[in-house]
Amino acid sequence: MKVTADREVCIGAGMCVLTAPAVLDQDEDDGRVRVLDADPPAEAHPAVREAERLCPSRAISVES
Amino acid sequence: MTDSMARPATDQSSLELPLRRQCPMAPPPEYEDLRTNGPTRVRTPDGTWVWAVTRYQDVKTMLSSPDFSSDGRTPGFPAIKPELRALLANPPFVRTDPPEHTSERRPLIPEFTLRRVQELRPGVERATSELLDGMQRQGPPADLVEMLALPLPSLVICQLLGVPYSDHEFFQARARVLISQNSSPGEATTAISELFGYMDQLLTSKQRNPADDLMSRLATEHMEPAGELNRDRVLRMCALLLNAGHETTANMIALGTVVLLQNPDQQALLRESPDRLVAELLRYLSIADLVPARIAVRDTELGGAAIRAGEGAIALLAGANWDPETFDEPDRFQVRPDDQRHLAFGYGVHQCLGANLARMELEVVLPALFERLPTLRLDTPAANLDYKHDGVVYGLHRLPVTWEDTR
Ligand code: SF4
Repeated sequence: MKVTADREVCIGAGMCVLTAPAVLDQDEDDGRVRVLDADPPAEAHPAVREAERLCPSRAISVES
Repeated sequence: MTDSMARPATDQSSLELPLRRQCPMAPPPEYEDLRTNGPTRVRTPDGTWVWAVTRYQDVKTMLSSPDFSSDGRTPGFPAIKPELRALLANPPFVRTDPPEHTSERRPLIPEFTLRRVQELRPGVERATSELLDGMQRQGPPADLVEMLALPLPSLVICQLLGVPYSDHEFFQARARVLISQNSSPGEATTAISELFGYMDQLLTSKQRNPADDLMSRLATEHMEPAGELNRDRVLRMCALLLNAGHETTANMIALGTVVLLQNPDQQALLRESPDRLVAELLRYLSIADLVPARIAVRDTELGGAAIRAGEGAIALLAGANWDPETFDEPDRFQVRPDDQRHLAFGYGVHQCLGANLARMELEVVLPALFERLPTLRLDTPAANLDYKHDGVVYGLHRLPVTWEDTR
């Protein structure tokens, strides 16, 4: 799995951190998304897919 | 679907927004037909037509589509409250599009991250506990709106912005005028200018004596001459945050209490999983039902309807959140497996900035209330309560409650 996040479109709603805190975080300074683990282990995959689906600005992309 | 199959704009109904709730806890019954028919043209109070969009998928598509603009200055932009049209001439950032919207939202994002909201949590717990002390000291019966639901979010947003809470009566009176459907255009204009005058003075004092609060940071880092935003925009942002920050959460606390009293079997969840309970309350009540207004900027197709450039549309969030295609038995209040899918905070780049804060406040205050007053009950039957049928945001004007006095 390859996780990327588009910081330009991120609106900082934080749904991603709620859903997949091991993989996605919000930057301390600007509140926008940060990828902690671009190639997360299999057990994190469902949460990351859910985060991709829930992100209101479609900032998160997941490639299998 | 091809263009020739799309339904034309002549497909109008006789309905007028806002529609009235019959069951106080359920969306207006007409939403069911609207969902079956797909996007339908309905009238607004000033006689203009808008598309009512009610299906979950259509609402999600509309709110994330560049075909629909949030720019309140566009001629024909829908207004559920025509007396507030004046506000749209120079709109707050929620009624603008990127990149303008982005430049104003961005400096606010760090103020509402999950981490920042968690830092506020102990303060919210303390304030809740003090308000409950006050209720117990005074003894039953009490108006829960006055004693808890309104003061708590007010205290929180005042602290966050750096607005003196001692001024709350002044700005809450103005906010009530702006939110009520019964105020005249003149009353609304006066309320707006008084509120802006107040914020303007406060902004000046923050420039001179900055403190550790949001308004000070905006004044010293983001406002001209030091920053990128002009004073007028900052003023509009602050007035919006102050209003949006307490009215909506206050309504959720009051209505949420009624729902939990009516569904005592769900009260155990207050301790076990308050986050999931709050998500279901947000879905079930959908109090900001009428907020997401847009205008089409090009001809487009949505859910089988042909929408022309220049036509207004409103994404009815309660319709989407009660769509049986997405939510099993939507009329049942129950924690759901996929509970964060609801659209109570909207969707897309305009999704509620304060969502994390609102969730946290609800997750603190509702469990604390039921723990402190386990014998809490309504002092007026739920059917006879004073619901805000006259507002853009649904809620309760008052909530008479009582409990066994153990003083
Ligand atoms: S959910 Fe999307 S918009 Fe929200 S912080 Fe994460 S990436 Fe940004």
